[in-house]
Amino acid sequence: MASSTAACDTGPGPEAMASLSRHWAEAPTLRNWFATVDHKRIGRRYLVTAGVFFGLAGASAVALRTQLAGPEAGILSAWEYNQLFTMHGTAMIFLFSTPMLFGFGNFLVPLMIGARDMAFPRLNAFGYWVFLFAGLFMWASVPAGAAPDGGWFAYVPLTDERNSPGLHLDVYTLGLLFLGVSTTAGAINFIVTALKLRAPGMSLNRVPIFVWAVVATSFMVLFALPVLNLDNVLLFLDRRFDTRFFDPGRGGNVLLWQHLFWIFGHPDVYIIVMPALGIVSAVLPVFCRRGIVGYPLIVFSIVAIAIISFGVWVHHMFATGLPQLSYGFFSAASTIITIPSGLQIFAWLATMLTGRIVVRVPFLFVVGFLVTFVVGGVTGVMFALTAFDQQITDTYFVVAHFHYVLFGGAVFPILAGLYYWLPKLTGRMAGERLGRWAFGLVFVGMNLTFLPMHVSGLLGMPRRVYTYPGGLGWDPWNLLATVGAYVLAVGLLLVVAGVIHALRRGEPAPDDPWGGDSLEWATSSPPKPYNFPVIPRVHSLHPVWDPRTAESTGVGADGDRILAEGRGTLLTSELDGRYERAVRMPQETLKPLVAALGLLIVFLGLLLAGYWVAAAGAALVVVTLGAWLWPPRQTPEEADPAVGGGAV
Amino acid sequence: MVGRRLTEPRRRPGVPVARVLGCGLLVLLAGCTEGAPSTLDPAGTGARRVAGFWWLLFGISAAVFVVVMALLTWALAFRRRPHRRAGATDPIRFVVVAGAGVPFVVLLAVYGVGLRDLAALGQPTEPPAVTVDVTGHKWWWEVRYPGVAGATANEIHIPVGEPVRVRLRTVDVLHSFWVPQLMPKTDLIAGKVRETWLRAERPGRYRGQCAEYCGLQHAHMAFQVVAQPRAEFDAWLARLAAPAPAPASDAERRGQQAFLQGTCAACHTVRGTSATGTVGPDLSTIGARWSLGAGAVPNDGGHLGGWIVNSQTVKPGNAMPPQPVDAAALPDLIAYLESLR
Repeated sequence: MASSTAACDTGPGPEAMASLSRHWAEAPTLRNWFATVDHKRIGRRYLVTAGVFFGLAGASAVALRTQLAGPEAGILSAWEYNQLFTMHGTAMIFLFSTPMLFGFGNFLVPLMIGARDMAFPRLNAFGYWVFLFAGLFMWASVPAGAAPDGGWFAYVPLTDERNSPGLHLDVYTLGLLFLGVSTTAGAINFIVTALKLRAPGMSLNRVPIFVWAVVATSFMVLFALPVLNLDNVLLFLDRRFDTRFFDPGRGGNVLLWQHLFWIFGHPDVYIIVMPALGIVSAVLPVFCRRGIVGYPLIVFSIVAIAIISFGVWVHHMFATGLPQLSYGFFSAASTIITIPSGLQIFAWLATMLTGRIVVRVPFLFVVGFLVTFVVGGVTGVMFALTAFDQQITDTYFVVAHFHYVLFGGAVFPILAGLYYWLPKLTGRMAGERLGRWAFGLVFVGMNLTFLPMHVSGLLGMPRRVYTYPGGLGWDPWNLLATVGAYVLAVGLLLVVAGVIHALRRGEPAPDDPWGGDSLEWATSSPPKPYNFPVIPRVHSLHPVWDPRTAESTGVGADGDRILAEGRGTLLTSELDGRYERAVRMPQETLKPLVAALGLLIVFLGLLLAGYWVAAAGAALVVVTLGAWLWPPRQTPEEADPAVGGGAV
Repeated sequence: MVGRRLTEPRRRPGVPVARVLGCGLLVLLAGCTEGAPSTLDPAGTGARRVAGFWWLLFGISAAVFVVVMALLTWALAFRRRPHRRAGATDPIRFVVVAGAGVPFVVLLAVYGVGLRDLAALGQPTEPPAVTVDVTGHKWWWEVRYPGVAGATANEIHIPVGEPVRVRLRTVDVLHSFWVPQLMPKTDLIAGKVRETWLRAERPGRYRGQCAEYCGLQHAHMAFQVVAQPRAEFDAWLARLAAPAPAPASDAERRGQQAFLQGTCAACHTVRGTSATGTVGPDLSTIGARWSLGAGAVPNDGGHLGGWIVNSQTVKPGNAMPPQPVDAAALPDLIAYLESLR
């Protein structure tokens, strides 16, 4: 029987604990609010910021649905509608989904693997600031009347200078390039953290599935994002400097944009969904009171999806007239990629069937996920089949399909994760009753919004229209969807209310309120700045359910896993998690913020064609990075092997 | 094995998951609504094939959904069964068979059917005798027939019962040619000529609409395909080839004069007159068309007058600026345009 508080009560002596607190605590000053490198604070900021962007993008969606409630409505003009639907899509994909899941990853990955921070804490802070500034950069364009209006996919030639004059599309290309810096930095950080900072004994086959998902996702980001960045650079050059990459009249090719966009774009669907599936694999078994069924199968699925997803992009281009042979290939790849997802679904079902289910709010959201994700999955197979795709693509059926995949497959798990980890994030429990109401409204609202869209799509209603004529059979379905959108909005507001209520009046959370199996439940709620007084030694896939873990942090724990002198964490080997050495972690610093501000200046300069301003911003970035990377002056004591040399 | 006892606060029936979705699917089954350009009410060879494919896919999907929901319901309904032990059955084998084995077989079959249908959509069984050239503009469709002098807009006439080749070009951004009841989509790609075909099985008017987002007025880029018996089609085509009818009344004559002397002729063509503009649609048969502004408003005198005076209030962003037409001359202009059939 593992006692979850054991780690805090015994193990290191009071002197060691005091020393850890002294070295890790960040003084509560204004400077430190900006200078923090604590992955937990940064992770929470990611969650809050992404949540705010979700609210903005959701409010846009409610406005869109209001306009579409009836035919020929005049609530939004075409000009407003097109900007709002573009921002809705762009923000949901780039500013909400991935940053939200990166937020969970930031907070949880070090805790789940028994580390004291991310591998590169300052890079982590830098990534957050860049994300924040890029998000503000893009949203500021809405009140300025210069928001992107070419759809989140921004197809040329509609988005070239001739067809889209003004700053709209420059905000898009530069905003995404700016944001890409953050996402790339985050991905590198996750990979190194998960490969090098795991607690001793946590060999790859003992890594929690959520961490596997985050790492696989990060690898996908590293391969997919450069393609999008290239695409956006080319478009920016075309627009600003007339380079004609995409101008067919002068030797360019408009389909080049689409290929590059979807080589990024389809893996991106999995970049969004996979960490969310990882949340499901973390939450579901705990409420089934058993370990997950088929751990190796799920890990295999994750890796398989990460690879196959790079071979399916043409199913977004089935109507563009590529050779039929290539359709056959991409159709096959798109069909086969459902198998790994199917494996995961049945692994979860088997876990439920052989477990003892306890229904609490996080589990309700998991059930909501299963129902909706299966709907999105079966309609997804339809779009892998070229003939069907050519008929139904770009209709409301697609809108229904991918909202079942993305709302069902990402938002439900995110909400499950929010209720599940809220005790660890805030030290407070969310109210069960309010949570159940929120779930009910979100679930009913979501289905009421998106189920009717299948029908309006089959009835011939195309996407991205700001209005439609009455009498074509589309009216009732649109009205239903709009009603659903309002129900959904109320449900999501209840979630927010639940979180605020928990923060103000919630019961204090115990360390391990759910009986979880992974290491974040082996420390206090919320965790101390150093996460673990003693870095545990891991003996199995479910360390918290394994009494040996508590023993490893109890009385007489090895000093080389306490590292009380200075900020230190452990490096272990990539595959077997064998103890290698201790490593020093950096102090809080303002340099990441300054570097991010420098980048903001660069992108603002590029946007407003103030190239000297951009150059000045670039100089600021270079100087800051130089100071950041300058080797620290160390006294011999600081270089002491007990905490290891050189900051990571 | 588990540290803390986790309990449920109190027993309540679950959310009626199956009921909500069940209702939705039933409604979906009854999805053929009167008057809709519905893919489920096909009138063309291509659309009929895909509609059949849809019902196959829908059946399989519904079965998959029901099986998964049944397992989910089972797990939830019997969650308090005592002494359930892991390992009583072999869950791994269940996961592999149900999650990978069965889906693989089903997907393989569906993929095969999909390839067959894709090949069938590729080209008609007999070579088309009629060709239509359709050009996408922001935001209307220019329609020409090779060898025929005239042109029309947002309205494609085809003979019923025979395949018709459609050649697709765009002069500006990407569009997509889609007649849900006749044929799946074909994108119009800048710098390329794309080709598709239509074969209407029964006479009728079929709504089509641009299906690729093309900017501000993407919502107002509809057209109609008019499938008519061969003789009617031939007569229509002959009328299209002929010059526009001469004005028959005084009002029409005054209207024509206003048309030719005003700004109209700079952008529009009326064949047989000095109006040869090519910016906007050819108006030689405007009086007989189904709508104004590619589906923006019905084609009647009132809407026509409103369109001429300021089409920007009807379809903001379209290429036609407000026209300074004398209020007294407007009825004549409308009468003239309505006479062009």
